[in-house]
Amino acid sequence: MTAFTINGKSVDVAADPDTPLLWVIREHLKMTGTKFGCGIAQCGACTVHIDGQPARSCSTQLQAVAGKNITTIEGLSNGHLHPLQAAWIAEQVPQCGYCQSGQLMTAAALLAKNPKPTRDQIVAAMDGNICRCGTYSHIIKAVQRASRSMEKQASAGAKRAEAAPATTTR
Amino acid sequence: MTTQTKIEKIETAVVSRRMFLVGTGAASIGVAFGPLTKRALAAMSPYQATAWVTIGTDNSITIVSPASEMGQGSMTSVPVLIAEELDADWRRVRFASAPDNQPKVYGNPVWGNTMTTYGSGTIRGYYEKARIAGAQARKVLLWNASQAWKVPVGELTTEPNMVVHKASGRKISYGELAKTAKVPDPLPEATKDDLKPAAQFRLIGKDHGRAEVPTKVNGKAKFGIDTQMPNMLYASVLLPPVQGEKPASIDDAAAKAIKGVMKIVPVERAWGTGTGIAIIGETPWATMKAKKALKVTWTTDAKARSYDSAKVAKDNLALAADMSNAGVSLKKEGGDAAAAIAGAAKTITVEVTSDHLSHVPMEPLNATAIVKDGKCDVWASNQSPTSLKGICAKMLGMKPEDVTIHSTFLGGGFGRRSEGDDAALAALIAKEVPGRPVKMIWIREDDIANDLFRPLSAQRIDVGLDAQNNIVGWRHRIVAESIFARNNPFFFNNILKGKDLVATVGNELKYEVPAFESQYIRTDRGVAVGAWRGIAEGYTKLAIESAIEQIARTKGQDSVAYRISLLREQPRAVKVIEATAKMAKWGSKLPEGHALGIAYSDSNECHSAVVAECSVDRASGQIKVHHMWAVVDPGVAVQPRNAAVQMEGAMIFGLGAALRDQINIEKGEVQESNFHEYKPLRMSEIPPIDVKVMPSGDKPGGMGEPGVSPVAPAISNAIAALTGKYLRQLPMLPERVKAALA
Repeated sequence: MTAFTINGKSVDVAADPDTPLLWVIREHLKMTGTKFGCGIAQCGACTVHIDGQPARSCSTQLQAVAGKNITTIEGLSNGHLHPLQAAWIAEQVPQCGYCQSGQLMTAAALLAKNPKPTRDQIVAAMDGNICRCGTYSHIIKAVQRASRSMEKQASAGAKRAEAAPATTTR
Repeated sequence: MTTQTKIEKIETAVVSRRMFLVGTGAASIGVAFGPLTKRALAAMSPYQATAWVTIGTDNSITIVSPASEMGQGSMTSVPVLIAEELDADWRRVRFASAPDNQPKVYGNPVWGNTMTTYGSGTIRGYYEKARIAGAQARKVLLWNASQAWKVPVGELTTEPNMVVHKASGRKISYGELAKTAKVPDPLPEATKDDLKPAAQFRLIGKDHGRAEVPTKVNGKAKFGIDTQMPNMLYASVLLPPVQGEKPASIDDAAAKAIKGVMKIVPVERAWGTGTGIAIIGETPWATMKAKKALKVTWTTDAKARSYDSAKVAKDNLALAADMSNAGVSLKKEGGDAAAAIAGAAKTITVEVTSDHLSHVPMEPLNATAIVKDGKCDVWASNQSPTSLKGICAKMLGMKPEDVTIHSTFLGGGFGRRSEGDDAALAALIAKEVPGRPVKMIWIREDDIANDLFRPLSAQRIDVGLDAQNNIVGWRHRIVAESIFARNNPFFFNNILKGKDLVATVGNELKYEVPAFESQYIRTDRGVAVGAWRGIAEGYTKLAIESAIEQIARTKGQDSVAYRISLLREQPRAVKVIEATAKMAKWGSKLPEGHALGIAYSDSNECHSAVVAECSVDRASGQIKVHHMWAVVDPGVAVQPRNAAVQMEGAMIFGLGAALRDQINIEKGEVQESNFHEYKPLRMSEIPPIDVKVMPSGDKPGGMGEPGVSPVAPAISNAIAALTGKYLRQLPMLPERVKAALA
């Protein structure tokens, strides 16, 4: 049995320790948003976050994630749309959509580290994710849109914090 | 592509009989259309609504979307057509997919009313049929309102989701009507004459968010590979390294010893493409590990054993040059082309080859099947439930009606998911464990090595010119394997008479020439080929556009002006060429070492042109595409933004095919295994692309493919402008370019 946390939930999986995390997520835990594309970490369709870092779940063995915190596309938003997901819809990015979970997880890791990436930085960060439909230019626009909306939210939040009297939380 | 082609008899979508069904308890009405037979009518319980349109008492409108959704937007665009004529409030529209077993109701008229989504045929096929369905549903609602209000139907009109009686000022919503709706008798007829003029379109030609996009950003969209069923088993398949072979001996002791492995059995591929070995087990990983542990020797007698793709390309070019082999005549127009060429003052000969290509949809091939009590259910990403039903039934020895196809979203299709060899394999595997669902997953290496590749083609165009370099005769010969000879020999021999559209389409000319002939020389060397996005246009347009370019240069004419001079009867073509040239600032000064090239294509009843700005590093032979501009006239753009996006995506597909994509086969074995060797273009490799959609209002074409074919010739022609050399080998690999420029 291998124990880890996925999308905030503790799980204990009975699978061979050398099983790729991808198959554990998809077929043992039945969370199919994370996709199989190549199995050799070339296409990025299987990208998840392990302790906040983007990782290729097809090339990560189950035994390597014992005790770790994993986030998949299903856990990217907590009941509301992540700004990237909202931007993906606004820009109508997906075509077939199969690679888009991986694209979003890679983009989310980028914006977490670099909230205002340049176009070149976006391309460099996203270059490991293949899209066969050719949605690349729309992905770039969506990442830029999400970056702007996150910045707005952050400054609105900062203003609210300034305007509001200091309160203590429990 | 098993049974129909677009040139053969098209069964017209006449809505001759229809049924209006009242749901009980469900508080909804359904309207079913289509040429239902008496038997079908009798078999259909009035409580089972099979329908294009269902109206909920909550005022929701559920519209059936008959086409596969693989990213091209059909799931939304066909309902837009229905909603337009139904006068539906688009915000209230919901979507339902069509069942697999009523092709006469839901089938695509351009594919003989089968349930198929390929050849950019959805809008072409459903543009009229779907609108008539919408118009008829609207008439049914009008009839119900006229009954309720005791006023003549002629006094009623509609607003979105609302029937209106202007004289009395009364209005009733479609949802309200649904509560008491009855069956009109006789049923109102709807014909072409009932359809709105384009000027009145409220929904067609406007951008609507694609229906399924929200589910594709949160992991909820279900693709075939996402199928989950209680008690489900998994299967991996070890397929023969050379097509057409079989295991000679199998040592499965080590494989069977792996925990979770249940059964290891030989399994036959369709069309005699060989026999593989299926490993059935409790987890995908167990079956994948067992696959690696299998020790197999294979037979060595397949025809494909002697297949070396580099040599086949040379052989095919020789066949193209051998005029004693006339092949099958595809088209003759005007005078005697051969005589005109023989008597010409000058001839230009264009020789073009294209290597095999793999489709590599991002979702590797897979299917889930269950076989039980003489019936089979299959869950699969697919482009043709009709083809899947047929091939599964054939391989299982069942009747098509005993096979049910459950379709999901497709993680890319591009032609690969049109035949169903994956589904048939899964069905045969499931037969080994009756009553248990089995999900068969191909790993990427299986997907590439066992693709139905784009044909390795050779072409030769001979053009006869008079003393002023005017065209007097044009002969286009195409050498390639046949798709239909493999998957439907009867159809190929008796209906198509040896012509293979998928292998040869695009040779017909919009350019005016006084004598034209095209010929197909079929090869049969044991490597299965299939439909690849853009089909033969991906190579025939390179041959044509490169020939036109060479003639323009021979005449000393501008590439744009010369093309226009040959298109006097083709105003739509002229408009897109002029618009593309304008967009690309044709004729203006470019950076040193850059040049523009243009190509035109009439792919899929659209008119499109691409201009590419390119440079080439002469030392390495590496071409760089700096920018591409495209204009497309699809006739009608049902969803204009989506049309532009399809054009862009197809151009990227075509760009990879032009510069890099290549499957090499040596002694019958595919040399490329995964994305480190067969490399789809990445984000950093995509030049800026500007697309303009310019609908003329003419009959709609299909937008899934037109972007593919003009890209390679636009690039080749840019290099011709730069260097005077014509690049006519696909892909235009650096070493080939270097050799051509030397």
